[in-house]
Amino acid sequence: MTAGSGTARKPMLAVLPRMSQQINRVLTWVVVGVFVIWVVGNFINAPKQFVSVFLLGITLGCIYALVALGYTLVYGIIELINFAHGDVFMWGSMVAVTVSSSWLGLNGTQAWYVTAPLILVTIVVCIAFCATLNVAIERIAYRPLRNAPKLAPLITAIGMSFILQNAAALVYGFIEQPLPDIFPTKALFTIGGIAYTQKSLLIVLITIPVLLALSYLVRSTRQGKAMRAVAQDMDASRMMGIDVDRTIAFTFALGGALAGAAGLLFVMYQTSTRYDLGFQLGLFAFTAAVLGGIGNLTGAALGAILIGLIQAFNEGLSWHTPGSSWTQSLIFSILILVLVFRPQGLLGEEVPDRA
Amino acid sequence: MSGRTGSVGDAWARLPKRVRTLALPVTVLLLLVFYPNYYQDLFNALGGGTTGQLAPTVPTMVVMCVYVMMALGLNVVVGYAGLLDLGYVAFYAAGAYIAGWFATLQFAPQKVHFLSVGVLPVLPGLHINVWLLLIVGAVFACVLGIVIGLPTLRLRGDYLAIVTLGFGEIIPQAVNNGDDWFGHNVTNGPNGLTPIDSLGFGVSIHNAASFLPSSYRLEINSADYYYWTGLGLVLFTLFCCIRLRDSRLGRAWVAIREDEIAAAAMGIPLMRTKTWAYAIGAFFGGAAGCFYAIFKSSTFPQDFSLNISIAVLCMVILGGMGNVWGVCLGGALLSYLNYQGLEAVGNNLNHVAGTSFNIPQYTFGIFGVIIVVTMLVRPQGLIPTARRKIELEAGVEGGSLYDAGA
Repeated sequence: MTAGSGTARKPMLAVLPRMSQQINRVLTWVVVGVFVIWVVGNFINAPKQFVSVFLLGITLGCIYALVALGYTLVYGIIELINFAHGDVFMWGSMVAVTVSSSWLGLNGTQAWYVTAPLILVTIVVCIAFCATLNVAIERIAYRPLRNAPKLAPLITAIGMSFILQNAAALVYGFIEQPLPDIFPTKALFTIGGIAYTQKSLLIVLITIPVLLALSYLVRSTRQGKAMRAVAQDMDASRMMGIDVDRTIAFTFALGGALAGAAGLLFVMYQTSTRYDLGFQLGLFAFTAAVLGGIGNLTGAALGAILIGLIQAFNEGLSWHTPGSSWTQSLIFSILILVLVFRPQGLLGEEVPDRA
Repeated sequence: MSGRTGSVGDAWARLPKRVRTLALPVTVLLLLVFYPNYYQDLFNALGGGTTGQLAPTVPTMVVMCVYVMMALGLNVVVGYAGLLDLGYVAFYAAGAYIAGWFATLQFAPQKVHFLSVGVLPVLPGLHINVWLLLIVGAVFACVLGIVIGLPTLRLRGDYLAIVTLGFGEIIPQAVNNGDDWFGHNVTNGPNGLTPIDSLGFGVSIHNAASFLPSSYRLEINSADYYYWTGLGLVLFTLFCCIRLRDSRLGRAWVAIREDEIAAAAMGIPLMRTKTWAYAIGAFFGGAAGCFYAIFKSSTFPQDFSLNISIAVLCMVILGGMGNVWGVCLGGALLSYLNYQGLEAVGNNLNHVAGTSFNIPQYTFGIFGVIIVVTMLVRPQGLIPTARRKIELEAGVEGGSLYDAGA
């Protein structure tokens, strides 16, 4: 590396520490160790509260998982961090409010046999809308740049994210969009003073089959095979007769559909949404995808659950927790630590090119 | 210009080459230097009132100088070295808080005055000379750049972008929560640090520069002095950027941007070269932040949102990555739009159409459109570098995608 420098001048930054594999491993274990101590400490400190917060975290993690899968699917196939994905999710939540509340008149007072089919209609509309939106974004903003330098589509993605945010502000205004409690809110049981409601369980019950179906789709269907082939080598798969453009569009549609479902679940759970909530939630979901190993579906789901738990622990527990005003910093610190020390993520394989 | 026929064209062609190449920059520079003198005329020429708002006021020009400086700094990182930095605002914050800590009443029980100008000697708090702070802020940002860069610059491309984005989100939140760092009020949280000592214009200059006509020495004109200082800082940045571009280091950056592996094979130390790009980019970001904080006489955590990083990136992209003149143009144009232009245009449109549409609310949506359209139609930016143009064209198979822009 010093061949070109010629003179014997001592380089000013030569003292840069080259982090060896050894230090890397030690630091990874230190970070994991601190995390485990923190969790166990909190459990011992307030076991009942811990369990209730744990369940909340799982619910939150399920929503993150649906969004994170969209990131990981798109990254897996064209190696693009789709910054606009979080805003597609936000649009999903907005459309859910419009359809369920304004169009179908759901307000939580109807009987379950009225509500259930109408929610189903809302889900279908949300999924269709977000899938179309995501495919349109791909068509307009990413496809023309597929062979451009790698940073070009990334920059367009940021631009698209701003456009989507402001479009939502234009349509819905800069204020919170409220939605009445449509999901059943009856408490299933109460632990540590916090009720575990039916809607929390419902979100978990909806998410798990979706994840299984997605896993089946990618692993075992013809379309999934095409996706994996394109992810591995675009040119080779084109030669094998795979319609690459269509496969990529399908991936975006799939990601958009998941984001739409997540948007609906999110707004039904939180009962309000805002034009600017997508970007940050999207980044949390992206962190989850990176934590699990980007491009890896199981990893994304696992990472999302972990991120959901960490957020819930941070905001709901009291033993050495920084509190909700630090959630963002905590999660981004995790992102940075993972990227620096273990860029392949928890479940990802070591790919030297990625980092 | 030389295409013109007749005696003017001939006379132009007969001028020495040096004069011809310098004519445009010198004209622009003179126009800029004397801007405060003819601002009022420009305002009137545009019709005064609502349409006159289109002429940038002198404070807007100061802001434009700050942003051009930041854009030039980011251009070193993104344009020269090809490292996408989405957390550039962190360095800006570093510079601003250096000014905030060492030239306000924040650490009030302590009382340290060091070469401070125009500050009452009885005032408590730290009051270091703000000119020194400008350097300290830049150096502090530079060190921060190295500290952030060391672990993260090993990452490539989009991963680096995400990590810097993370830093760009963590730092404002840390500053926002900084009124209670383990019980210490360090940054005064969301209330920010204010007032920050001024550069000492007005009274001090009034007393010192008695040879100038009194209209140039009044405190009321202090925006003019800030503007000239800002212009000076921009020129300094510009000079550094041009010299760096043509230096050994600058060539190493371009080599890394084009092919990291090939650059490493040619003996360029990757980490060191990248860290330098980061440090130098951060240096200018810090100086810009410090100067802006002094100009506004305040600094708040809300000033350091991700939007600022994106806006600066947008300036670099729109102007043309790597080309200092393009970046200057992009920076000036977008910061003008952000601080005054869009509002003025909106007011004019509303005035004409009789509506009350609030355009500045959607500034970042408009920036988003600018980013996407630029990337699609003219990815090399308004004033591209020759090299960048070739790169972009060579990157496209078949060469048909960029015909519209090339």
